[in-house]
Amino acid sequence: MNFELTEEQQMLQDSLRRFLANEYTFEKRREIIESGKGTDAGIWNALAEMGLLAFTFPEDYNGLGGNGIDTMLVMESFGRALVTEPYLATVVLAGGLVRDAGSDAQKQAILPAIASGEKLMALATYEHGARYNLAHINTVAKGDGSDYVLNGSKTAVIHGGQANQLIVSARTSGDARSEDGITLFLVDADASGVTVTDFATHDGFRTAEVTLKDVKVGADAIIGEANQGLPALEKAIDQGIAALCAEAVGAMDAMTEATLEYTQTRKQFGVPISKFQVLQHRMADMFIHAQQGRSMAILAADSADSDDREARREAISQAKLLIGQGTREVGQAGVQLHGGMGVTDEMWAAHIFKRLTLINLLFGDADYHLGKVSDALLQKIA
Amino acid sequence: MDLNYTPEQEAFRQEVRQFLQDNLPDDIRERVQKRLRFTKDMIVRWQQILYKQGWGASTWPKEFGGPGWSEVEQLIFEEECALAGAPRQLDFGLRMVAPVIMKFGNQEQKDKHLPGIVSGDVWWSQGYSEPGSGSDLASLRTTAERDGDYYIVNGQKTWTTLGQHGDWIFCLVRTNKDVKAQEGISFLLIDMKTPGIDVKPIIMLDGEHEINDVFFENVKVPVENLVGEEDKGWTYAKYLLGHERTGLANVGQWKAMMRRLKEIAREEQDDGHAIIENPRFRDRLAQLDAELRALELTVLRVLTNATGPGPEASILKIRGTEIGQRLFELAMEATGQDALAHIPDALEPDYNGPMVGGMNAVPAAGDYFNMRKLSIFGGSNEIQRNIISKLVLGL
Ligand SMILES: Cc1cc2nc3c(=O)[nH]c(=O)nc-3n(C[C@H](O)[C@H](O)[C@H](O)COP(=O)(O)OP(=O)(O)OC[C@H]3O[C@@H](n4cnc5c(N)ncnc54)[C@H](O)[C@@H]3O)c2cc1C
Ligand SMILES: Cc1cc2nc3c(=O)[nH]c(=O)nc-3n(C[C@H](O)[C@H](O)[C@H](O)COP(=O)(O)OP(=O)(O)OC[C@H]3O[C@@H](n4cnc5c(N)ncnc54)[C@H](O)[C@@H]3O)c2cc1C
Repeated sequence: MNFELTEEQQMLQDSLRRFLANEYTFEKRREIIESGKGTDAGIWNALAEMGLLAFTFPEDYNGLGGNGIDTMLVMESFGRALVTEPYLATVVLAGGLVRDAGSDAQKQAILPAIASGEKLMALATYEHGARYNLAHINTVAKGDGSDYVLNGSKTAVIHGGQANQLIVSARTSGDARSEDGITLFLVDADASGVTVTDFATHDGFRTAEVTLKDVKVGADAIIGEANQGLPALEKAIDQGIAALCAEAVGAMDAMTEATLEYTQTRKQFGVPISKFQVLQHRMADMFIHAQQGRSMAILAADSADSDDREARREAISQAKLLIGQGTREVGQAGVQLHGGMGVTDEMWAAHIFKRLTLINLLFGDADYHLGKVSDALLQKIA
Repeated sequence: MDLNYTPEQEAFRQEVRQFLQDNLPDDIRERVQKRLRFTKDMIVRWQQILYKQGWGASTWPKEFGGPGWSEVEQLIFEEECALAGAPRQLDFGLRMVAPVIMKFGNQEQKDKHLPGIVSGDVWWSQGYSEPGSGSDLASLRTTAERDGDYYIVNGQKTWTTLGQHGDWIFCLVRTNKDVKAQEGISFLLIDMKTPGIDVKPIIMLDGEHEINDVFFENVKVPVENLVGEEDKGWTYAKYLLGHERTGLANVGQWKAMMRRLKEIAREEQDDGHAIIENPRFRDRLAQLDAELRALELTVLRVLTNATGPGPEASILKIRGTEIGQRLFELAMEATGQDALAHIPDALEPDYNGPMVGGMNAVPAAGDYFNMRKLSIFGGSNEIQRNIISKLVLGL
């Protein structure tokens, strides 16, 4: 067993943190968010230059051959700085899916373009009413000669409005919730019949609603095998969850630090409020949640690349469960200890709180993942 | 023991319900029930309607123009208003400054200020907190120096809720620096149109403008606006803090929100079923329902025994705010990923642009964020627990 980072990983993390501390300031972040663009060319290109956009792609496709732990390091650093760039959408979700399930031609066409920073992508899979069930897909893809025609609508398409190309899950057979019959398609964002409605999110990211009306794609748009898209989709989402867990750990650390700093500076009753034991214990609990979360984020990162579906899903759900609960406890405590300042737009802590809250809601909240592990447990011991 | 309302109380409830049915304007109800953006107009209009009925100040005694209701009747009234979708009336005038004026003010002050509060003509704000004085309110530094027939006020108040609409503000100010902090504070009524007052917005984490900084630079306040005696303001402020018992618990509002949450739980979908059918979600709802019931009974226990307002107010404040926060948290969780999108324009009733999910999602996350204030203001929940420890448990 070894929890140490390699020297390379350590260097990477140090330089990324330094870069973000210098270039991705609170003010800069606010400017980027207010621009409504959902990404900043300067920041994105810098990430490309650091090799981060190609980190986990195979070397044959201009990548660096990294793994889940590398993604964890990047996302944790992003979490500390509340980076709102489309990394999760483009690199982790879409890039990861193409890397793991795409054809050689698709990898050639897509991975180097992501790596260089030219191409932004998004995963359009969730649907209204399905809540978090990935198999619940009503969008249909009907065969038309060798082509397919897609109809349906997608929600929670993170950074969908910024993407040049989408990966869309659609039903090619089976009924709405069957695990078979799901196929993944590459769809250009500007293809005829695609409507992407871009929204701001509460935490400074972007999300989109996507509708597909008679959208025609060729058979070469299929990623992986027709009708057998669910395992690849699940794996991509699991990698996304692992990335979110790492991001949450970074954000929980940032909240703990901000709160320690604030309470040691803020005086009431003639003393720094950090002197009040009830606040000390609350901060100790924040620290415990962040540490517990870190352990689980490592587990998630380590499991995310695995093709052992059952073991991977258990680890991912356990991680998202505890980290989801941690986001809540740490977020609420951080705000509470800042007093009135904690509920103002001016305060860093308020922004961390919002991101932590939304991370819990993304890709299954704590309750959902508790349900997953609870059901799996019953199956195992029954 | 009898946990039932009396027939008279039930009849009273019916009367209030009927009145609300006939008089609460639809547009106001819509804003409240859909949790859209709050406006000055809706508060003022509703206050005027209640005033016309003689119900403008439910907590006031008859001699000052109140209906003279018992505390249980007041609670019934509040609950029916909330359930019908009426906006919460503003506390600052009705429940904060008015009781102080009634008890400690002189006749001119009563004649001048009370009518405008109950009619809805004058909007009051609360000027207690300062940047350096939150939980430790007695350390406040805004000064009022006597200069002939005036006090000259200098300093800054902050967190002033809805101060952007304020006509008048009641302030705690320091009139004596040479005595113990609590003994040099006075209670001043200040016309916000007086030169030297500057109100600046503070944007909250939900992106909305609800609170303000209020700056005072050489503001001339006539001495007749001093309530009671100079340097006795802390006593009046404490009277005020302890005065409002039921309002802190907010039972009526939370019962209305609970009813709404149960609807949301039936409306929001979870993989082909309503989210209420999800046992994990339902357990949390059921838990909260039980807690709300306990809160209501605790409030009724406090109201119906004759002891004066005391530290039990702290229990109601803690439990009331925790339950309120949880209600909005569950309302957000029910909408799942639909809650991600921030669409501030959709908080207006005439919005017909794009949305994510339905109307349940529009205010979901913003409300959850905003409600974190409940455990911070009005004496933070940590301070309330300190009060219980010291004053109730004797530690
Ligand atoms: C089953 C058991 C086995 C044990 N075995 C051993 C053993 O093998 N060898 C040995 O030496 N001892 C042993 N202990 C003793 C144990 O270490 C003590 O019980 C422990 O240190 C607490 O001391 P106390 O019982 O005197 O409680 P106290 O110290 O009196 O504490 C009472 C309560 O006050 C709280 N408290 C105390 N100080 C503070 C503070 N500053 N801030 C906040 N809260 C505070 C405590 O957390 C606790 O809740 C054992 C105890 C138990 C129950
Ligand atoms: C939305 C909103 C609206 C408001 N509206 C008004 C208004 O209209 N008028 C007005 O006058 N004020 C208003 N307030 C101010 C409110 O009353 C203060 O925010 C509150 O008193 C807390 O003060 P603070 O914000 O300075 O926090 P601080 O006092 O700095 O507290 C920070 C943290 O320290 C904790 N703490 C402080 N002292 C202790 C202690 N002794 N023991 C343990 N923990 C402690 C607190 O509980 C809190 O968690 C409003 C506040 C908010 C957030």
